Amino acid sequence: MNTTVSATPPGKPRLITSAMIASIAAEGQRTKSAPFGHALVELARNRTDVIGMTADLGKYTDLHIFAKAFPDRYYQMGMAEQLLFGAASGLAAEGFTPFATTYAVFASRRAYDFIHQTIAEEDRNVKIVCALPGLTSGYGPSHQAAEDLALFRAMPNMTVIDPCDAHEIEQLVPAIASHQGPAYVRLLRGQVPVVLDEYGYKFELGKAALIREGGDVLIISTGIMTMRALEAAKELAGDRVDAAVLHVPTIKPLDAETILREARKPGRLVVVAENHTVIGGLGEAVAGLLMRSGVHPVFRQIALPDEFLAAGALPTLHDRYGISTPEVSRQIKHWLGR
Amino acid sequence: MEMAPTIANAPTLAKRAHNVRRNALRMGEIQGQGYIAQALDIADVLAVAYFHAMHYRPEEPSWEGRDRFLLSNGHYAIALYAALIEAGVMPEAELDTYGSDESRLPMSGMASYTPGMEMSGGSLGLGISIAVGMALGLKRKSSSARVYTVFSDGELDEGSVWEAIMSAAHHKLDNLIAIVDVNNQQADGPSTEMMAFEPLVDKLNAFGWFVQRVDGNDLDAVVAAFDAAKSHAEARPRILVADTLMGKGVPFLEQREKNHFIRVEPHEWQLALGALEAGRQS
Repeated sequence: MNTTVSATPPGKPRLITSAMIASIAAEGQRTKSAPFGHALVELARNRTDVIGMTADLGKYTDLHIFAKAFPDRYYQMGMAEQLLFGAASGLAAEGFTPFATTYAVFASRRAYDFIHQTIAEEDRNVKIVCALPGLTSGYGPSHQAAEDLALFRAMPNMTVIDPCDAHEIEQLVPAIASHQGPAYVRLLRGQVPVVLDEYGYKFELGKAALIREGGDVLIISTGIMTMRALEAAKELAGDRVDAAVLHVPTIKPLDAETILREARKPGRLVVVAENHTVIGGLGEAVAGLLMRSGVHPVFRQIALPDEFLAAGALPTLHDRYGISTPEVSRQIKHWLGR
Repeated sequence: MEMAPTIANAPTLAKRAHNVRRNALRMGEIQGQGYIAQALDIADVLAVAYFHAMHYRPEEPSWEGRDRFLLSNGHYAIALYAALIEAGVMPEAELDTYGSDESRLPMSGMASYTPGMEMSGGSLGLGISIAVGMALGLKRKSSSARVYTVFSDGELDEGSVWEAIMSAAHHKLDNLIAIVDVNNQQADGPSTEMMAFEPLVDKLNAFGWFVQRVDGNDLDAVVAAFDAAKSHAEARPRILVADTLMGKGVPFLEQREKNHFIRVEPHEWQLALGALEAGRQS
């Protein structure tokens, strides 16, 4: 499989544009088209309670696949995110299971109170599925959802999921539909990389999975950073650095048992990698867990800085902010003194 | 449950409205303060909703066939508790627990606390969005139940209210009946001075709703408006613009200048109850 690194000649990066919905797939990478939309259609065949709703972003959250298959179960709520989530709450109160989509910035920032009060506080069965999580748009801070994990982690009753790839998205759709209560999912849309099937990975709600063993460093990662961590681990192996990768797709509730089991193994640097601001995401969740549990490894974070991020091409920005594969490798080697 | 919409019902509804006011005053007395003036102004609308217009089962507050009632302005909770107690959804003895630890009657309306409370308010401008979703859901289930929602004129300041107003018309939600309580009072002063929302009837008409403006303290007018809203033939959402008087029924509260959140001296509660009784007998 091609990776960002092997597909990009050194010194002459082929820059994906700063377009709002630039693909995160590297050139030549194996992908699937609209995995969320297709998985939701599959689910809805046997679940008549499943409803699709969006705020003028059906095409950009892959919900148009569902809208075409089940036009009578699809609601276009207009460019009105507060209404979207309030109405989703009302539909859930009537026994339906709405999947409501928009961009992560609009759910987390604009409609936070509506999600807090009408959905989370009443524990309503709404699935909030949001595109452009973290730094997956080069469009600038208006569309870069660097804080969404921190915000939704802080909300009681909310399940928070940051999937890595298309394989995982396909599996999490039925899983969250079976879970009673609200869930926030970071969505990768369009041509979505497929990575985890090669590792025999299976998504389980609330579970972390050790995808790769290694004795020098434990990378605890979520979302697209698991993809980067696995690529980096291959690179690091060439430098005789043995990296383990623990994938944590469910940020909340956190799989404390698995994280503690792995972090307790002696002699490993622990690095948490996430596509999110360094504040309040997986890194600080894991740090708090370790401290509360008396586990004190050498601990480092790979995350976006606490600043408004630049607009530009995604590969440039991922390098600049330290979440590209070469940057993950470089930082780990630096911390290990290699 | 439904009674014929005639003036003959007015005495019964008047007694219901009186009891709602009395219940609210008794709860206010327990805490010594509260959104009493709003409870008194909306009591007539609640009386018509609960004792004339709506279908529900007091002994089974979650009955699937019930009409839904969403109190968007959660700070009016004391009024809705008063109506739910009068309707027999909760025993009268619970009045004494209002706002206390472990009570089912917290000061701001919370769905998870109170039987018959369909939403948690407190943050304003939420209710009508939820109502849109419930109305869509009831239509999906081919239910004949309706969604009623009360919100305040102050909530018209919230953009989300207008999102929902547009949406309800777009989705032709003829099973949605909203009531906006125009008492021209919000936290910082008269609502019309906070944000000019008139001409409200014209705006709502232009947004595609079936609109009626009524004196919200005239029981016969409110009954007629609810009946017209229910029987209106067009596939449009319906709204009652109800002009109400803060503190209605207790003259010294009606005249109080700062009546958004009322603190009443201990001796005044009995005066208020007395004034309410006197008004009813006169």
